[in-house]
Formats: sequence, C-alpha cells, structure tokens
Amino acid sequence: MSALEKTPETTAESRTPLMTLAGVSQVFDTKAGPIRAVDNIDLSVNPGEVLCLVGESGSGKTTAARMAAGLARPTDGKVEFAGNDIWSMNRSDFGRFRRGVQYVHQDPYASLNPTRTILQTITAPLLKHRVVKGNKAAADKAAELLTKVDLTPPENYLPKFPHQLSGGQRQRVSVARALTLDPKLIIADESTSMLDVSIRISVLAMLGRLRDDLGVGFLFITHDLAIAKYFGWNGKTAVMYLGRIVEFGPTPKIINAPTHPYTRALIDAIPEPDPDLTKTKGRESLRSLEIPSLAHLPSGCSFHPRCPLFEDGLCDGEVPQLVEIRPGQSAACHVVARDGAGEVRPDEPVA
Amino acid sequence: MVTTTPSGKTSTATARAVRGGEGKPLLSIRDFKVEYRTGGGATVQAVRGVDLDLYPGESLALVGESGCGKTTFGLGLLRLLPRLGHASGKVIFNRGDGTEIDILGLDGRDLREFRWRDAAMVFQGAMNAFNPVLKIRAHMHDTMRAHTKATRQEIEDRAGELLRLVRLEPERVMDCYPHELSGGMRQRVLIAMSLLLEPEVLILDEPTTALDILTQRSIVDVLHEVRERLGFSMIFISHDLSLAAELADRVATMYAGRLVETGGVRDLFYRPRHPYTLGLIKAVPPIVGDLPDLESIPGGPPSLAALPKGCTFNPRCKFATDECREAEPDLLPVTDEPGSAHDVACIHWKDVHLDREVPNQDLGTAS
Amino acid sequence: MTEATIPVTAIGTTGVSRFAGIMKSLRRSPAGFIGFVLVALLVLISAIGPFFTPEVAPNVKEILLPAGTPGHLLGTDNEGKDVLIQMIAGGRTVIFVGFVAAAISTIIAIVLGSLAAYLGGWVDSVVVTAADVFLTVPQIVLLAVLGAFFKLDSPVLLALLVGGLSWPVLTRAVRAQVFSLKEREFVEAARLLDLGTPRVVFVEILPNMASFILMNFMIGVTNAIYQLVGLYLLGLAPLTGSNWGIMLNRAWIAGAIFNDNSLAWILSPIVAIILLLLGLVMMTRSLEEILNPRLRDR
Repeated sequence: MSALEKTPETTAESRTPLMTLAGVSQVFDTKAGPIRAVDNIDLSVNPGEVLCLVGESGSGKTTAARMAAGLARPTDGKVEFAGNDIWSMNRSDFGRFRRGVQYVHQDPYASLNPTRTILQTITAPLLKHRVVKGNKAAADKAAELLTKVDLTPPENYLPKFPHQLSGGQRQRVSVARALTLDPKLIIADESTSMLDVSIRISVLAMLGRLRDDLGVGFLFITHDLAIAKYFGWNGKTAVMYLGRIVEFGPTPKIINAPTHPYTRALIDAIPEPDPDLTKTKGRESLRSLEIPSLAHLPSGCSFHPRCPLFEDGLCDGEVPQLVEIRPGQSAACHVVARDGAGEVRPDEPVA
Repeated sequence: MVTTTPSGKTSTATARAVRGGEGKPLLSIRDFKVEYRTGGGATVQAVRGVDLDLYPGESLALVGESGCGKTTFGLGLLRLLPRLGHASGKVIFNRGDGTEIDILGLDGRDLREFRWRDAAMVFQGAMNAFNPVLKIRAHMHDTMRAHTKATRQEIEDRAGELLRLVRLEPERVMDCYPHELSGGMRQRVLIAMSLLLEPEVLILDEPTTALDILTQRSIVDVLHEVRERLGFSMIFISHDLSLAAELADRVATMYAGRLVETGGVRDLFYRPRHPYTLGLIKAVPPIVGDLPDLESIPGGPPSLAALPKGCTFNPRCKFATDECREAEPDLLPVTDEPGSAHDVACIHWKDVHLDREVPNQDLGTAS
Repeated sequence: MTEATIPVTAIGTTGVSRFAGIMKSLRRSPAGFIGFVLVALLVLISAIGPFFTPEVAPNVKEILLPAGTPGHLLGTDNEGKDVLIQMIAGGRTVIFVGFVAAAISTIIAIVLGSLAAYLGGWVDSVVVTAADVFLTVPQIVLLAVLGAFFKLDSPVLLALLVGGLSWPVLTRAVRAQVFSLKEREFVEAARLLDLGTPRVVFVEILPNMASFILMNFMIGVTNAIYQLVGLYLLGLAPLTGSNWGIMLNRAWIAGAIFNDNSLAWILSPIVAIILLLLGLVMMTRSLEEILNPRLRDR
C-alpha cells in the first residue's frame, strides 16, 4: 500500500503544526442545562496535511471546526495557529491568523452574497488587503483564481450573480474566494454534502489538486466516511461521537481496520454501490437506536448504551481515554484497549 | 466478478419483471407526463413520457440527479402535484380483485381512497407530514377512521402492531407529539402510518436523506423487514445509488424527465449500458476496500425549459456522436443479455461497459 | 423541487435590467400598476401643478359655490377661494412631509437597527431600550406636546418631528432582519476575510434587505401622512399656508359637511388623501410580491 508510506508521519514530528486544538471544550448554556458540544479534544493539522473530522449530527465536529476558524471561542483549552494561542494574539497577529485560515461552508446557496457578482465577491478581499493594486489587477487575479477552481473561461463567470450558477459552480466560487488571501489552512465544513453525486467527485478532485499544488492544509469535516476516505486517504481521520474523539488514525486504517465499536458500526451501516456486497455485508446490530441527548450524556463511555461490546461496570464507569491500539491508530474504548482490536475483519484487505 | 448468476430474491423479482411474464403488473404506467405551468403562460415538462410496470412484491428504485424529475414522478403518480402541475398519460392500478382503475381519472372520494388503501407515500421531510399539535395517537386514529369503520381498540391494535414492526414502542410513541421524536423515529412512525391501511404500493421519496448514517441504517433495515412481512410493492426514489443497490430488485435511471435505463439491480449495477447510469455508478465512492478510481460526470443536468436536441444527455456524454444529436433514442431491450429485462435508451449501448478492476491509485492523479 | 440549473433567460440579468424587471412585473400586477400610476399622478400634479395655476385670493362674492360651477370645477370655500386650485397646491406639503419623514425614520432605523444587531452587547441594549421607551409614549400626544413648544409651520420641521418619532418600530424590524442575516454564511465568510465591520454591514448585509427597507419606507410614508393629517385635523399644527390637511380642518370647522354646496370642499382633500394612501398601499403590496423571491416564484 503505497499510499500509507506517503503519509508524512515521521517528518510531521519535527514541524510545528499549522493548527492545534489542545484540550479544547465548548460548553453552551441552554435552558436544559449546560451542553458539552465539544469535550476536551486534541487535534492538530500539519502544513499541507489533511485531517478529516467525521461524525454524525451532534458529534461536535462543526463546533470544533468553528473554534479552529476562530469563529467561536473555546470555553476551555487552547487553539493555536503556528504555535501561538489565537485568543491571546495582538490585533495584527490575529488578522494574520484570520486570513491564514479560511472556511468553505456547506450550503452553496447561502455562502455567496446574492446581491454581489462573482467578480465583486472575489475582488473584495483582494482590494481590501491590497493583495493586488487597482481594479484591473484585481479582476485579473480573480480570473486566475477561477481558473484554479476549474471555472473556465473565467469571463463567463465573473459578471454573474450567484443565482445564475449551479450548486457545484457556486461551491467552486466559494473555494476561489477562500483562496484570495493565500490561506495556509482551509476548513471545509461538509463542503460537498449538498452537491449531487455526479458533481461531488469533481469538486473533491479540485480540492485535492489545490492541496497538492498549493500545499494548503485541510481540516475536512464530513458525516460521510466514504467522502473522508476519498479525500483524506493520505491524511488522518478523527471520528467524533457526542463531543469526543473516539478514534483517530491514518485514514486507510480507520476505514479498512476500524477498532472502536462506533467506527465499526458506522462503516458497517453505510450501504455500498454494489448490490451483492451491500446485501451480504456483515452488520452487528446496536443495542439501541437512540442517540443520547448531549444535555444528559450517559456515564462513562457515552456510546455504552448502544455498544455491542458493552460490559457492565467497565464501560459505564470512567470516560475512556484515547489509547494507541495499533501503531498510529488510537481509540477511546475500554474493551478494545484491554482486548486489542480483535480478529481481522473479513472485508479488511491485509495492509 | 461481472457475471449474472441470479440468486435468491433478486431472481424471482427479475423473473416477474420479464416482459410478457405471467404475473400482471400491479401498476402499469404508460406515456406518463407531468407539465408545470410557469410564468407567462409557458409550460415545462418535468416528466416526459415514462413507461413503467411495477409488479406485485417488487421494489423498484428510481435514481437520478436532483432536478431529473423523479420527485415529480412520484407526486404525479399519487396525484399530489402542486396546483400548477398537470399529469397526463395512463396509470392503471390493478386491484387484487381484478378491477383496474385509471389513477389519473380518479377524483374526490375515490382518489382519497386510492391514496391510503392502494398506495401511500412517505416523504423526505418527515416533520411536514405531521400536524404539530396532534399526538401520534391522534394521527393514527384520524387516518384509520377516515377510511375504515375500525373500532378504537382495532385501531390501537393495528397501530401498535405496525409501530412494533418498525421497532418502536407503541406505549411510548403513541402519546408523543411529533416534535418530541427524533428524525429517525418520526420517519419510522411515518412508515408505520403509511402502512395502516395495508396499501399495495408504497412510494418513498428520499426516505433517509438528511438522516444520520446509523439512523439511515435503521430505516433501511426496517424497510427490509416490513416488506418481507407485509409483501407490498415499493417505488423508492433516491439520489443515493448505494441505497438503491441495497433496497431495490429493479432500478430505473431517470434523466431530464425520461427513463434512460431500467433493469434488474444486478444488471444495472454490474452491467450498466447507459453512459449516464455508468457515470453515476462511477461517481459513488465505495466504503470498503482501497481508494477507487472515481469519475464525475462533466457539466450539470439540463434545464427542462431548454433541453438539448437529440439525446438529452449528449452534451455530457463521452460516447456522443453526431447521430446522438439528431433524435432522442427510445428505451429498447438490451439484446445481448438473454433472459434479463434490461432496457436502455442509448444508441451506443454496446460500447458502454463498466470495468471495475480497481487499481490502487491515489487521489492526486484521480482528477 | 429545486432546479440545479438555471434557465438560459436568467443569464445576463444585471442590476440595471433588474430595475427594468421590477417595472415589468409591476405592470403585470394590475393592482400594483394602478397604485403606481395613482401615486405618480398625484406626485406629478402636486409638484408641477402650482406653476400653472393662478394664486387664490379670498373673494366674498363667490363663497361656497357648489362643484361644477363654471370656472370653479370643485366649487369654492367659505372665503370664496377655488377648491381645485387649493387642491393642486395643497398636495406638496403632505407628500413632502410624508416622504421626508419616512426617509428620516428609515435612515435612523437602518443605522441604529443594523449596528445594534451586528455589534450586539451594550450598543444593542441601549438601542432596544430607547426604542421601547419611545414606543410606550403615544406619538400623537407627544406630537401635540411638542407642537406647543415648537412652531410647526415649516414642512421640514414637521417632517423632522414626525420622522424623528416614528423610527422605533422599523428599528426593531431592521434589527431582527440583520440578526438573521448576520448568521448567514456569506456574512461569516466576509468576516473571515477580515473585510471590516462597516463593509460587512453596509455592503454585505444591507443590500440584502433592500426590498424589506423599500417596503417599510412606503409604509412609513403612509404612516407619516396619517399623522400629519391627524395633526391638522385636530388643530395641533398651525393652520398657516394651504395643504390638504389644513383644508380638511377648515372645512370641518366651518361645518361644510352639513351644507350640500360645500360637499366637494370637504370631500376633495379626503378623496385626495385616500387615493394617495390607497396608491401607496397597492404599490407596496405588489412590490412585496415582486421583491420577495419566495412570493415571486409561486
């Protein structure tokens, strides 16, 4: 598996991570009591690296992304950009961070200002931050950016309003806008989930090329493990459940040899575009279909009421910590930590 | 890998679907069209002449990109179109007792009766289907009482039975308001409700879209089980090919308001013969195995108001020749697969093959 | 069902042709068109009419002539002044005060409402509290009191007063709108690009409220005219000069309603005001349909 060897695991140690979330929590005060949307997570993205954050709704993945983007301030822990805490930065450093980390939203229909043309949308940051001088140069730069996101010829797109573009085209414009200030990190929050299957792959491929050509790091948030697999194959994946990271490791291992029962359940649950395979895929049933409320998290491991590996007294006691199960791959599960990841699954290619 | 050895359930369904087979279709759709009036007196055809048979017990998936007309098709079948929509053609429903009714000719009482007793629809947004101020119990009772003379106890029993079938506890759910249930629970209640009057056909429009993966799985499992127990036919509208692979016996691909390919689920997924079906399959990332070689379909679906000349898919198709730009091809049987009921609307179908010998390529070159 | 692609006809729509589009749909909606014509006609007559009509002077020989009298189409008042000429001259102040007052309150509302919503915190609290305090005081009473302090004989002063008092409702509405818009993803994107608060508020957010603001401006005009006429009818503003409100007050005081001959005198200003307000309301209603894409697409 050549892909695995390419993972910059060894070199990553020596570099300063681009973005670090260290022991970060986010607690929202609601009428139903405090809600721990994100509970003490550690993550880091190295320059030019992809980190996929996977989880269902309520897992806290978007909250984590918003903290990384500086859109929300953590109640606890530190968010660091190139080694510096963003919330104790001075104004100019914070500005540098702001411009260095860009966000691509989920909804291509809401992320562009309907009253502004594509040209206006893209040139605004260029002119404001004097990336280029003068309207002519800004328009040229905008055309260059559109070409980078495969909207060619750019003259066809620049004078248009968002409502005149398709969802995929709008999402490309959003990416072009994110590129205006030459960011080091792009946070893609479910950026392709609203696109049609036929278009999704081409947008992902375009993002992949940007990552390779421009060396942009990605924090890639998705609920779709198949998409995480496709985009983040050479990177790492963290699986979140109810505000905590339950499994972390190189993407191919998470997908093909998951260790945490929750990750396994997720991967088993996904139907395959192959009738024979999807009908015969082994699936362990969960003990409960209900997702606990964030306001009343189960004691110990919050997956225990649904977990097929549940052991009374062990799983509902302490909150499990992430421990290394296999080299580079860690999971937060008492049972797996004690017994190991178990037998190799039948559908698991031998890595 | 690409061999057709029909196995188990799939084969019986395929056999039933064979043209001229003995079983009479439950639903026979001929030249079905739906038009929408738009501003300025113009009309747009969202469904442009669909011929389709649904056999008893069969599960048919209708797949395609958004805007291809699949939702309109489902709404049109049950005469649930918005005011500006108009359906034409023939939709013959074959009641078990030998009577045949033309759905498009029904009105008033007959139509209401048809909608629950013969066919029911489960929509995408489960919340909108409920009256927010009524408890689930009231929804169940209202639906039953509007169509039958069942007693209170009979309704309770029937509702309880169906709720248990969709893995819900009636004691808990019946007294809840819709907003007190999670999305997945609501969808399951909706499925139970749609089955109250034992319809022969269930039409599901994106029943798992916007649900979480594990919730989606529970709905899929419930559908498998319920169908096995109650044996109704199902038309399943989805943009998600994987779901179609899992739930369907037969698949129909829709593009720009027409069916471009129909066939047994294995025929369609292992031997697609329309470039559009092929493109859709190649665009879906599988979860098992190594990194696949994926491809997207260039461009986007055409505007229904300005369809390309000839085959509507030709501007996006890599097989397209000048001939494709002349006339729109008919849906015709694939001739080199004896015994299968596989139709395709493409003059180049012989050149279309899916080769899924997946080399381990990484994403950097996939674009 | 949302369409992923757009019809070819939509391509090439620009800001300019968008105005043309509004005009086009205004014509397509009959009520809106009638409203638009009514308002335009009344504004036009009031604006240029006085240049073509003679001065009216009291004439004791011609008092209270009925409508239809040769030379006095709408008759004369109790001083013998021609009603039609007074009508033509009397619209100016009413329309001027209506529009200027609405403009003043709209501008105040936009600035205060959007800053309160966008900045939040103490700015928001101050604005909301101020708006609430203003809302609790009955405006007509406040106007009456203020009328006793100031000499309200200049239309500008009247407009300032009426406009300066009617901002709270719209401010709260603008604030609510900006609150929802500022959570929108494109506004967040602008913040992430560090485009600066003024730009985010006035370039990214406000243009998206253009239709909302325009509609509220029109409603503001009708409200201001109501208040102005009310002030005159109650005699709370000095009856110097000549406008529809003053005419109405005079005719009312003179008991014109009890005299068949002077019916046109008292009805003329009433009908003019009703037509103007009706025109504005009809126009606003169809503007709502035109500018609100959700209503338009039905």
